[in-house]
Amino acid sequence: MTDHKRPSEGLLISPIRSGTVIDHITAGEALNVLRIIGITGTTAESVSVATNVSSGKMGRKDIVKIENRELIKEEMDRISLIAPDVSINIIRDFKVFSKNGVERPKFLIGVVKCPNPGCISNANEPIESRFEVLPNGLHCMYCDWLITTDITGHMI
Amino acid sequence: MGYKGTLHREHPIRSMGKSSLTRNQRGTRMKHIISIRDLDRPFIDNIINQAARIASHRVTSDPLNDKILALLFFEPSTRTRMSFEAAMARLGGTSVSVGSIEASSMAKGETLADTIRVVSGYADAIVLRHPKEGAARLASEFASVPVINAGDGAGQHPSQTLLDLYTIKQSLPLDGIDVGLIGDLRYGRTAHSLAYALSLYRSRIHVISPAGLELPQALTGELRERGTEVIEHEDIGEVIRDLDVLYVTRIQRERFPDSASYFDVASSYKITPELLTGVRPHLIVLHPLPRVDEIDPAVDELPYARYFEQSKNGVPVRMAMLREVLQ
Repeated sequence: MTDHKRPSEGLLISPIRSGTVIDHITAGEALNVLRIIGITGTTAESVSVATNVSSGKMGRKDIVKIENRELIKEEMDRISLIAPDVSINIIRDFKVFSKNGVERPKFLIGVVKCPNPGCISNANEPIESRFEVLPNGLHCMYCDWLITTDITGHMI
Repeated sequence: MGYKGTLHREHPIRSMGKSSLTRNQRGTRMKHIISIRDLDRPFIDNIINQAARIASHRVTSDPLNDKILALLFFEPSTRTRMSFEAAMARLGGTSVSVGSIEASSMAKGETLADTIRVVSGYADAIVLRHPKEGAARLASEFASVPVINAGDGAGQHPSQTLLDLYTIKQSLPLDGIDVGLIGDLRYGRTAHSLAYALSLYRSRIHVISPAGLELPQALTGELRERGTEVIEHEDIGEVIRDLDVLYVTRIQRERFPDSASYFDVASSYKITPELLTGVRPHLIVLHPLPRVDEIDPAVDELPYARYFEQSKNGVPVRMAMLREVLQ
């Protein structure tokens, strides 16, 4: 309990006993992060969200704390698609058990749906969508479409 | 919880990605020609040089006399299809084809993947035209023979780009020239592929298009990232005297709300003999054809007009492509 900021130092959401803290989320993307890991209003987790808080490193950032759930590596890497700078801390008994950066995958198979209605990956063929992860977006390896916005909205 | 799909650090499938090489079940290496983006400069130069050799000496033997080419055209085409057939015939090979999508088992609901597997058993290579973008890439993953893309929807049409480059190379170097692209640059796939290919040759690209039909921003950005100078012009008159190549594309009437606005735009983008006064003497005017009103027929008689030559070049270039994948 020693590393808590006092309220006067800007503590917005309380510490959690155990679970996951996702910090340094690109400002405004917290709710999309929750969508990616399947947390909706109807799931059981207790979740705290802070959006647009000031950050020395990023200017503005979002933070998400999820109680009693430890994210696995696959989930962390999915988050990197919309928030490449996140740091993910697994908390056990109020202490940081592990600190994790995320690794941005290079290729996505069947993860996002190509927005191009003329793309062969949207036809009735025995293939899954295929995207290459580029610095400026997701590149469809069939039709060359580039998804630059609302990546979460295109997830299957 | 369950997630859809998988994340990968490396190409998870041997045939996927930018490579145009795959191996069939027997482990034989196959060369496909799917997208101009897959092709590097040595490959393109080799096709152009081979086409030049074929065109100058003609082919005396029949190097592909034991080969069968399958033409799968699921979209209308006359010149691409005929020139592939002519190219195969000139190399001594045989072509087999499916008449149309209505006449094929695609009409019964067969997937393209299955059609390709089946046709791979009949022929030594497949030329595919299909309305869906990415169809040829899919085909290359299911085929056990090489696949050549002859146009996939609004996507790629590499044989057109190769013959465009070959036609330029007949009279000019490809390096460091000034190429003007005029017309519908938003939907014109031939202009996109040519611009991309020219970025391998450090040429300057000048673009002239009606409002709303400009080169897509993503492509312009990509060309600039690749070190190509892309210069936008309001009016063809301001740049035509500085060009080595003028590549004209069709402005389609259906892109405009009414005929009056179409004719307005079309007339201001028309290439006429008057417009061509004072141009560089070696200027060449190209057009992928069919043309409608973009080029005044009076231009046909001028030394700059090379579009019929360009169309004729489809045969030696496609012969070079067929030899490349089949030998």
